[in-house]
Amino acid sequence: MSAQATSQATSEDTATAPLVAVEGLHTYYGKSHILHGVSLTIGRGEVVGLLGRNGVGKSTTLKTIMGLVYPRQGKVVLEGRPVTALPAHKIAKLGIAYVPEDRRIFRLLTVLENLRTGLDRPGVTDARKQELLDKVFACFPVLGERRNQAGGTLSGGEQQMLAIARAMMLEPKIILLDEPTEGLMPRMVTQIHQIIDALHKEGVAILLVEQNVPLTLEASQRVYIMEKGAIRHHAKSSDLKIGDDVIKQYLGV
Amino acid sequence: MAAILSFFADFPIELFFIQTLNGIVTGMILALIASGLTLIFGIMDVVNFAHGELFMLGAYVGVIVLSTTGSFWLALLLAALLVGIFGAAMQIVTLRPLLGRDPLTTILATFGMSLILQNYALWQFGPVARKINEPYTGHFNLFYLEYPWYRLMIAGLSAAIIGGFWLFLKHGKFGIWIRATMQDRVMAQAMGIPVPLVHTVAFAIGAAMAAASGVLFGPLVGVNHTMGLDWVLKAFIVVVVGGMGNLGGSIAAAIFISLLEAYASIWVSPAQAVIVSFVVLIFTLLFRPTGLFVPTPK
Repeated sequence: MSAQATSQATSEDTATAPLVAVEGLHTYYGKSHILHGVSLTIGRGEVVGLLGRNGVGKSTTLKTIMGLVYPRQGKVVLEGRPVTALPAHKIAKLGIAYVPEDRRIFRLLTVLENLRTGLDRPGVTDARKQELLDKVFACFPVLGERRNQAGGTLSGGEQQMLAIARAMMLEPKIILLDEPTEGLMPRMVTQIHQIIDALHKEGVAILLVEQNVPLTLEASQRVYIMEKGAIRHHAKSSDLKIGDDVIKQYLGV
Repeated sequence: MAAILSFFADFPIELFFIQTLNGIVTGMILALIASGLTLIFGIMDVVNFAHGELFMLGAYVGVIVLSTTGSFWLALLLAALLVGIFGAAMQIVTLRPLLGRDPLTTILATFGMSLILQNYALWQFGPVARKINEPYTGHFNLFYLEYPWYRLMIAGLSAAIIGGFWLFLKHGKFGIWIRATMQDRVMAQAMGIPVPLVHTVAFAIGAAMAAASGVLFGPLVGVNHTMGLDWVLKAFIVVVVGGMGNLGGSIAAAIFISLLEAYASIWVSPAQAVIVSFVVLIFTLLFRPTGLFVPTPK
């Protein structure tokens, strides 16, 4: 996946070009070099897993794509358009949504107000807003019941649902999903899996960072495996199994 | 025992009522100034040392508009509007480029602005205090005092402005944006909220509120270039005691401290009564540094 190949891809028909192309990202936190040239692509409506041990730079990759951290080198291309230097709020408007690892619910805002942070965009009619809310409340009935409750009073699983629902309010082309099942009960994990499948059916692409390898392999079409700030392995999810050597080598499971 | 009894026997109940009223009036003005200060701190982590000068600038705009048009209400409106616009410009030029850097840089920037504005006012208007006439000069009898209605109007108007601001924050798109940005700037931005714009508007609102309180308070003290100093110091105390960045806490603390000072000045001179607010500040910092009026986190 050289830079040349991707620039050819961007000039092609957008249907075959990747939705998001990340090329050679080098990101630093102060002096520590976190990402050492990360490159990956995500197609339209594709669910892509990003696996790796703790601290290999998976979350930093998501933050760099979202524009929350600026890379020192490399670029992020969305639908053929470089978005690397844009502030996060402009990237969000172009169709990338972010569900962070620690959920980052607005704790003092009600559930409905949390959703409205993504809903009050220019060009969204009131009817469309209601439609999006109805859809999300149908998908997560508990959020509908607690719409006037402060976000901080929800349980961990409910907060995770709210974080995903909030991202859906942006009608994104891709959701960057960082460890959605972390710390959740098994029943909730199943539910998150169903949500990912539902989003996939709707044609929303997902870049999924997870520690739960079986879930990732089931829910995604392709996976990248990271180690020490770089992509080390890339495969179709159906070609990998839990017992495989690559998985053992990079993930230790 | 006898001393305690004589204290209650001599308790100046009438003075106590008068001071309660005085405390509430100053408390409401202070709350109006401190709301803007705490809004700016809460959303940008910027301690605005120029806040007292925005208050002073508002009072001067009030003086000018009042002397040309004769309308106090127009003066109040224009002072808030013009100083609000000035505040937005000041935020864009001095604070926006510094956001996210060491807090010391923003402290120095706002302190610099405060010196510039003070000396501009001295150069432009001279050292002699100007007067804003109160829009209503009536009095009513309160025990042995002729109490001016205008003082009660100040309290009412301040409460109305704060109430309006609260409604603005509670309802509507921009209020949600401001509260979301206050809680988590990074996540707000990731949700597509234009955070730089929210910062500028919040600063403009804070500046407009300071200006409005300058005009409201002008008739009681006279307008000069250093009038902001005392108030901003008190407003800082209120913001810390109320819990940095906590609006409701600041309002409660403003009234609490003003009442304490008003009661203290029954027995000591008003100049010494100021000590009370510093004592409250020190005890707050020692025993409950997150603020007196902050609900215990769940």
